[in-house]
Amino acid sequence: MVEFALPANSKVGQGKTHPAPQGAKRVKEFRVYRWSPDDGEKPRMDSYTIDLDQCGPMVLDALIKIKNEVDSSLTFRRSCREGICGSCAMNIDGTNTLACLKPLNEVKGAVRINPLPHMPVVKDLVPDLTQAYAQLRSIEPWMQADTPPPPDAERRQSEDERAALDGMWECILCFCCTTSCPSYWWNGDRYLGPAVLLAAYRWIADSRDEAAGKRLDALEDPFKLYRCHTIMNCTETCPKGLNPAKAIGKIKQLLVERQV
Amino acid sequence: MRSALGRVRGLGSAKSGTGHWWAQRLTAIALVPLAVWFVLSLLAHLGAPHAAVAHWIGRPVNAVLLLALIVALFHHLQLGLQVVIEDYIHGEGSRLAVLLSMRAAVALLFLTAFVAILRMAL
Repeated sequence: MVEFALPANSKVGQGKTHPAPQGAKRVKEFRVYRWSPDDGEKPRMDSYTIDLDQCGPMVLDALIKIKNEVDSSLTFRRSCREGICGSCAMNIDGTNTLACLKPLNEVKGAVRINPLPHMPVVKDLVPDLTQAYAQLRSIEPWMQADTPPPPDAERRQSEDERAALDGMWECILCFCCTTSCPSYWWNGDRYLGPAVLLAAYRWIADSRDEAAGKRLDALEDPFKLYRCHTIMNCTETCPKGLNPAKAIGKIKQLLVERQV
Repeated sequence: MRSALGRVRGLGSAKSGTGHWWAQRLTAIALVPLAVWFVLSLLAHLGAPHAAVAHWIGRPVNAVLLLALIVALFHHLQLGLQVVIEDYIHGEGSRLAVLLSMRAAVALLFLTAFVAILRMAL
């Protein structure tokens, strides 16, 4: 039935406060979600105030500065720092985005930083994405074709066929969209979520792929696909400016098309 | 102890849902002209005596459109409530129980409206 009680560790308490360094002129406060599986304590929001004159322009710069100079126990994922690896996806100022692409000057007041919503937390800002990765694996995101490629040559596409993949190949699988979707929050065990459905459509739309029918069969399900009610949170939040809602709409369109 | 992929694949695809989705859109579109016609007709009969309304419903065109309205309306209602139930009620047993109760209630409401129209029209 409907769950009325919040699960354990849902209430976030007030944590430690790390004041600004002395002599700092331009400062900004960061309120960061902290939770560790090791100490048995409840989650808390720690406050760090940073000297902006000694910090890079992005939220990720501030997080790295905090970890290096203030509190080495702060845990988060990051790698490329230029929006291509998808590691530093987190909820900043109430919106899922990549910390490396989010300029500090876009956030008014204190910067609230939480892990991606509604995923199990491994530690601090690190969510457990095991289920989302398994869902990606389940849609078989690789080319499937019975026709062998020409000998010693690649499978060719026209310019239009290649252009059909624009807006989808750019997805870096940061799962900002999936974790912004209430349908995924309520039914993530069965609903595939926008990132995975975008990946599924990327292969359905690929002129070289020959498994579109099989792929559509696998998606045609009240939960795997039709939990999407087109509220567009996914498109709204995507840090790469992609449109998963449109891809999901195309899948639904193709499922009707093959019946008429 | 199952693997994540095993859990995610679960029982596989139900190979359904498209009919539901499509019917929800079609009934929504059908309801736009039907609802406008119905509201305008109601306004035209504000304060009219019972006999005048009965005469209006007695005309085949109006009876047919009224029946079309309630078929589309209750079908759309049932489809929409099913979505809400599937979204928010977890556990196969309770979901099925609520779904079936909802369908029974909507079917009874539909039949009530159906009989009411027929009694006035015939």
